[in-house]
Amino acid sequence: MARVVVDVMLKPEILDPQGQAVQRALPRLGFEGIADVRQGKRFELEVDGPVDEAALARIHEMAETFLANTVIEDFVVKVES
Amino acid sequence: MTARIGVVTFPGTLDDQDALRAVRLAGAEPVSLWHRDKDLRQVDAVVLAGGFSYGDYLRAGAISRFSPVMETIIDQAKSGMPVLGICNGFQILTEAHLLPGAMLQNNHLHFICRDQKLRVENAETAWTADYEQGREISVPLKNMDGRYVADERVLDELEAEGRVAFRYLDLNPNGSLRDIAGITNAAGNVVGLMPHPEHAVEPLVGTGGTDGLGFFTSIVKRLVAA
Repeated sequence: MARVVVDVMLKPEILDPQGQAVQRALPRLGFEGIADVRQGKRFELEVDGPVDEAALARIHEMAETFLANTVIEDFVVKVES
Repeated sequence: MTARIGVVTFPGTLDDQDALRAVRLAGAEPVSLWHRDKDLRQVDAVVLAGGFSYGDYLRAGAISRFSPVMETIIDQAKSGMPVLGICNGFQILTEAHLLPGAMLQNNHLHFICRDQKLRVENAETAWTADYEQGREISVPLKNMDGRYVADERVLDELEAEGRVAFRYLDLNPNGSLRDIAGITNAAGNVVGLMPHPEHAVEPLVGTGGTDGLGFFTSIVKRLVAA
């Protein structure tokens, strides 16, 4: 079985309060030098059968209609070998 | 003829009973609709009630948007059927692209529950005609994902077309852009808002008393006149 990863991130212009909360906690914990943190989602899809062009097209459609809300989020589809 | 108004129950919907009660108090016949049914049982309008449908997994409203009942509601809403989405219902309407923009987690990351003052900015929609434009009302607000966002172009368009239906007054409880609490589609039949008018329809509860009843009397008058 092949694995396809879909990474979903809030668009750069959208405020990410979760990421900000993490970033503000870092110096308190002794981790210095991190200017910004943004938090996203990672989907790992175990795909039946070959990950050919047709399968990737389906996954792209799935990401666009369901896994990501493209009004607020960007996504990237990657095949993991 | 009595208007029939449907209220959808998804797994995780919490406010369907209050919505059904509000419909009844406004003089219409409340009809329970189930998320798995495609058939809307001849209702004249639909309320998508608040709660946490499908546990808000993935994104609030994202999974519900693909339920069989929503397939029919999306079709009917596009051909003019009145739909009101309250809180989780508003989230479902944005996920279904019946309303523009999206809902995100509150900017302070806390669940919030308070009485919220609102200004009625558009009293010409199917669900707001019983209010006067500019009227200030108070209704309960309770949400985790209530931050309304859209890009500048969409926000400007909403403002220019008078489609910001409600704005938060005194305090913006969740970081919604331009203090937007509720919006309408261009036709005025689809309205979404984060606060809960269905919890303010009887004098016994809420600081606003019956401030929320106008949503339901508006639609009843509209349907009876039709």
